[in-house]
Amino acid sequence: MRRLRKHFSRKYLREEVLPTPFCPGCFNGVVMNVMFKAFEELGVERLKGYVFVSGIGCSSWIPSPHIKADTIHTLHGRAVAVATGVKLAKPNLNVIVIGGDGDLAAIGFNHLVHAARRNMDLLVILVNNLVYGMTRGQASPTTPEGMRTVTTPYGAYEPVMDVAELIARTNANYVARWCVANFNQLKNSIKEALSKHSKGFRFIEVIAPCITYVVRYEGKTPGQKIKELMKVCRPNTETPYGRIGILKAEDKPGYLDRYFEYVKRATEGDKGE
Amino acid sequence: MRVEFLSGNEAVAKAALDAGLKFYAGYPITPSSEIMHYLARELPKKGGMFIQSEDELAAINMVVGAALAGVKSMTATSGPGFSLMQEGLGYAVMVEAPIVIVNVMRAGPGTGQATKAAQGDVMQARWGRHGDQVVVVLAPSSPQEAYDLTVKAFEIAWGLRVPVVVLSDEFVGHGREVVEMPDKVKEPEPGWGPEDYSKPPFGSDDPRKPPPLPPLGEGYDLLITGSTHDEWGYRDVHSFETHFKLVKRLKEKVLGNIEKIFMYEYFGDDEADILIVAYGSMSRPARTAVRRLQAAGFSAGLLKLKTLWPMNYDVLRSYVKDARVVIVPELNLGQVVYDVRIVAGNDTVVVPINKVGGGVPIYACEIVEKAQKVWGEALEEALQP
Amino acid sequence: MSACSVEVDRNLCKGCGICVSVCPKNALELSPNIGPSGYRYPVLKGECIGCKTCTLYCPDFAITVVCDEGGGQG
Repeated sequence: MRRLRKHFSRKYLREEVLPTPFCPGCFNGVVMNVMFKAFEELGVERLKGYVFVSGIGCSSWIPSPHIKADTIHTLHGRAVAVATGVKLAKPNLNVIVIGGDGDLAAIGFNHLVHAARRNMDLLVILVNNLVYGMTRGQASPTTPEGMRTVTTPYGAYEPVMDVAELIARTNANYVARWCVANFNQLKNSIKEALSKHSKGFRFIEVIAPCITYVVRYEGKTPGQKIKELMKVCRPNTETPYGRIGILKAEDKPGYLDRYFEYVKRATEGDKGE
Repeated sequence: MRVEFLSGNEAVAKAALDAGLKFYAGYPITPSSEIMHYLARELPKKGGMFIQSEDELAAINMVVGAALAGVKSMTATSGPGFSLMQEGLGYAVMVEAPIVIVNVMRAGPGTGQATKAAQGDVMQARWGRHGDQVVVVLAPSSPQEAYDLTVKAFEIAWGLRVPVVVLSDEFVGHGREVVEMPDKVKEPEPGWGPEDYSKPPFGSDDPRKPPPLPPLGEGYDLLITGSTHDEWGYRDVHSFETHFKLVKRLKEKVLGNIEKIFMYEYFGDDEADILIVAYGSMSRPARTAVRRLQAAGFSAGLLKLKTLWPMNYDVLRSYVKDARVVIVPELNLGQVVYDVRIVAGNDTVVVPINKVGGGVPIYACEIVEKAQKVWGEALEEALQP
Repeated sequence: MSACSVEVDRNLCKGCGICVSVCPKNALELSPNIGPSGYRYPVLKGECIGCKTCTLYCPDFAITVVCDEGGGQG
């Protein structure tokens, strides 16, 4: 039989673990394509020197075990903390955190917001699927009001958390929010966060509604949903998922720059308290 | 030889630096904070990283991240913080992260008495995580031992790829004594070398030998997960074989090296009639009590445990079997006394002395009084027809 | 006959239909047959212009675009 041509993403994947365990049509795979396209366009053919850290949840399975690089699959909510430890221990590594709304905005929000405050030199990609997908679709801090889930059977009544806007209000250097349908804009944001704005805390939220617990409950197919998102998610407009676009792009010194400045003070005569 | 007048907390910090500490993350908590104060001053100057984390959950996970990146890392805390760190400690066991955690014990539960010494976290240090797991627990009784056992903690952690808990207490942490330190400490070496990097990072043919932990970022494509995994790190959350093999190996890795890990000292008469089993700060009045009992004509001895977990029950039994009376003074409501009861025969009377709170120690006179009283009762009973 | 066509790795395809939806030319449809992974897989029904939108959006890395000349692999 003739060998099939390989999808461009597969050079970045541990092929032995394919197919992915994700549901048919799960947007996690699209997020992976966007990320890998960004790497490809940056000329990164082999992800040596990149460490991917994730917590618990469907999107935390994007790097572990799929991405062919060093991957650390940590506890629920603690990816940013572990990533901080890795980055500070080995500052020359590129550390990327991938997590979901439950992982980063609920149980792990304390670490997220403090890493942002510190302008910690990390890229965090929040794959916001609007629910806890892995555990059967319970409501999360980003579940739209009125949505019925197993824990909000009469419609979600808690106000929604706008994670990207919150992080934009901190000391983070780069904050963007795109839908999974904004393929090129999202790809360009990831490229910027890995090249032009490679210092400090970079946060990219991707709206990627859970196929099984959001999209199917809306009575739509994955294809219909992605077409809908293509229409809804116009750059620099307000959408039901918040403002879409680049919310912030600065070049303040990152945590490590400031730390090394601090060390210089310590070694050059400041007696300290 | 360097000789300094140090608190136990300072001794821990100095020992960590001497052992090659390069990363410290911690959250302030009484009575452990002096460790972090010392390292905040000294670690940055020595090319290390110091970070005051947002909470203890962050601290332990940052420390795990740094250890996985190949850097000697540590955190220090006390009761409430130690409780928060339990999940992270279990994760460290599962991914075999060589970390050191110092718990300077205070009175609990809850916030308890933050400034008052206690020894109530022994069982928590041993068993505080969910699931089957083994960590190493060491208990210093003086600033000198705080120094020595902290160096030892790094040796064990890096030798076996296992988390080590240094279970200090407020008396040891804030007590100040002369500490002798070698001019140069040989930095503890990992129990694997570059020649092992091609071997599976989560499996080992010899269960007593740790698998290698290759450095991140150098193309080894490490697959690290806290879920059940096979020897190459591939997640397997379904099969019995993979899980059983993994948790058994993690246990055997520690228990198979118990000879290296289990440390104790004995002081007093051979085959003593009255044995005191003590650890940490309470081994100090126990030592005085032994001297007084000997002066009063008793055959007495102290078994001071420096390793609280894993417990070498053979060693414990070898001392307990000769004793008629075993006294176990602890600043809690009774924890290590259970170990003694496990090995004690029917002829041995095991007597706990328990006190906790207010920073009140168990005094030597209390131990002597109790020993004499129980000895008298035991004698009377033995003379009954 | 079109200059471009698609190749589908039927072991990876989960038949989600995203490629069918995003194709700007409506050139794809799901085959009536079931692939080895147990799902219906996409087949070309119209003219493929080689834009590779399907490749970019395929969440299972299953579909690639092949053009006779000028185009590389997608």
